[in-house]
Amino acid sequence: MAYLWGGMIVIGILYGALTGNLQAVTEAVIASGKEAVTLCISMAGITAMWTGIMKIAETTGLTGQLSRGLRPVIKVLFPGLPKESKALPYISVNFLSNFLGLSWASTSSGLLAFRELDRINREQCRKYGENKKRGIHIASREMCTFLIINVSSLQLIPVSILAYRAQYGSAQPAAVVGPAILATSISTLTAVLFCIAMNRKKGEP
Amino acid sequence: MKAITYLSNFMIPFLLFYIIGYGLLCKRDIYTDFLDGAKDGLKTAAGILPTLIGLMTGVGVLRASGFLEFLGGLLGRATDQIGIPSDLVPLTLVRLFSSSAATGLLLDIFKEHGADSLAGLTGAVILSATESVFYCMSVYYGSVKIEKTRYTLAGALLATAAGTAAAVCIVRILC
Repeated sequence: MAYLWGGMIVIGILYGALTGNLQAVTEAVIASGKEAVTLCISMAGITAMWTGIMKIAETTGLTGQLSRGLRPVIKVLFPGLPKESKALPYISVNFLSNFLGLSWASTSSGLLAFRELDRINREQCRKYGENKKRGIHIASREMCTFLIINVSSLQLIPVSILAYRAQYGSAQPAAVVGPAILATSISTLTAVLFCIAMNRKKGEP
Repeated sequence: MKAITYLSNFMIPFLLFYIIGYGLLCKRDIYTDFLDGAKDGLKTAAGILPTLIGLMTGVGVLRASGFLEFLGGLLGRATDQIGIPSDLVPLTLVRLFSSSAATGLLLDIFKEHGADSLAGLTGAVILSATESVFYCMSVYYGSVKIEKTRYTLAGALLATAAGTAAAVCIVRILC
């Protein structure tokens, strides 16, 4: 993460200096901080709303039912997770809401799932000790799988893009639905196969 | 199209109705549960603020410097040769960092070439089949202070590449 972030800023400043865009870079630094706080504030309300609703679904057992239903899928992707782990229902809710395109609900449940995965990782570190591939600041296998599947885009129908297409005078806004479903399935399938291959690899904690 | 908009408009109210209705039937103190969960969510949201500030500054600097356009233009000349509209390259690159910036670029393509042009259709499918990889990675890993992400980036970029390639091919064949 350090190299990624550092690289972005160093490359940006170097390139900006070379092309005389440093003024714009300075403005971007100031504007970005403000933008991030605005985004976080608007995000806080809706995230809190969804985590609240999710808590209800959790205490009434709805998320438990969901995660039992999705269990066959989850088991293939996360073979190392204990059955009673609290991460399972969160992961199930995250996958389902991603699928339906409820992005706020998926971020909320995703962050909760990640917190649980982090807890499990810390426990494992205590139990088996830290090494090059296991540590409290090193991603666990489950975290890698969860993120790779998430960024492979699970959303089936790109509702907002359909709206934009309609707005920009498309004759048939929904014409992209079929291709989008196909392309999304291919990217997700690639992600799933990659994760399964990594899970099978020996010597990876 | 009508059915899809209808469904997506009703999904959130329906979900809320279902979860809360079920909670009432279970005779639970759902309001206390809600407050508990909401408090938790607020903490989480506040926890990722430093990550957001760092990340958005990084992306902001990179975009303002013009580096992404430069790289996109460079790669775009190469893809033009094999018949992929060059506008799609900056779109794919920006997509890795920020969804909203990528949407802006897509709307530019719509304006310039039309929503039903090859570039417009392909761009729309690319955005549907991919996610903002760097944004998601920094938010999630930042929220639990993970520094070494091991093979996450490799897998994520592989999935993105597969989705993008699939989008280009499928639109060519089907549309």
